[in-house]
Amino acid sequence: MGVEAASRLELGSEQDIVRARQAVRKLAQECGFSLVEQTKLVTAASELARNTLIHGGGGHMTMARVEEGVRYGIRLVFEDSGPGIPDLSLAMTDGWTSGSGLGLGLTGSKRLASEFDIVTGPGMGTRVTIVRWR
Amino acid sequence: MERIPILRIGEFLLVTIQVDMHDRLALTLQDDLTRAIEKTGAKGVLLDISALDMVDSFIGRMLSHISAIASILSASTVVVGMQPAVAITLVELGLELPGVLTALNAERGMALLRTHMDMGVTTDGRRGGE
Repeated sequence: MGVEAASRLELGSEQDIVRARQAVRKLAQECGFSLVEQTKLVTAASELARNTLIHGGGGHMTMARVEEGVRYGIRLVFEDSGPGIPDLSLAMTDGWTSGSGLGLGLTGSKRLASEFDIVTGPGMGTRVTIVRWR
Repeated sequence: MERIPILRIGEFLLVTIQVDMHDRLALTLQDDLTRAIEKTGAKGVLLDISALDMVDSFIGRMLSHISAIASILSASTVVVGMQPAVAITLVELGLELPGVLTALNAERGMALLRTHMDMGVTTDGRRGGE
């Protein structure tokens, strides 16, 4: 997978979630995503950015254009060095929530992305990577 | 502090969300609207989200909560103007806004509120007590 022009955004406050949404929207527009594709990617970014902030105690998002053969898309990586998720299969259950949310953050954003990957464990932080191909 | 304005039109309250809401702003709106219903005795709330280009689970939950709280306070809520791309994304996200009444635009939303008021019920079917 070819990667170009990665940029990084801090996720340390609620306002940063809004900034992340706007940055992803702008990149998706530049990449020629349709309105529905843009909206799906921005919504997934919003869910994951909030997870990073609330469950990970803050972190950062890295976004980049990616290419594979003839297709291209956007890759977003959300990283924190928080407590990590002890039981990943439980966290990936629709409707399960550790906090006061709806429990749709991880599962919902997985459905909104073309590819989804998560690396986590107790004490090792969390890194979620999503790709949406155009 | 940043706030979303709540306008009173007769027996209804009109809220037009025109900013990209951060989480606290959404919670502030929920509180403000609850107080406004109590203060004005409004029978209906029209929530215009046509300017929102994204509704995630947090904002979706706020819409459900506002609707539920208003209903307990004997007011109906109609969410109007959702962009088609937002509706498609919400369903894929798994958020179908149970208990939230919607209308395509403000005009239809207003008509819906009037119908409910005339019938003396709130949008989730509760009998509206005076």
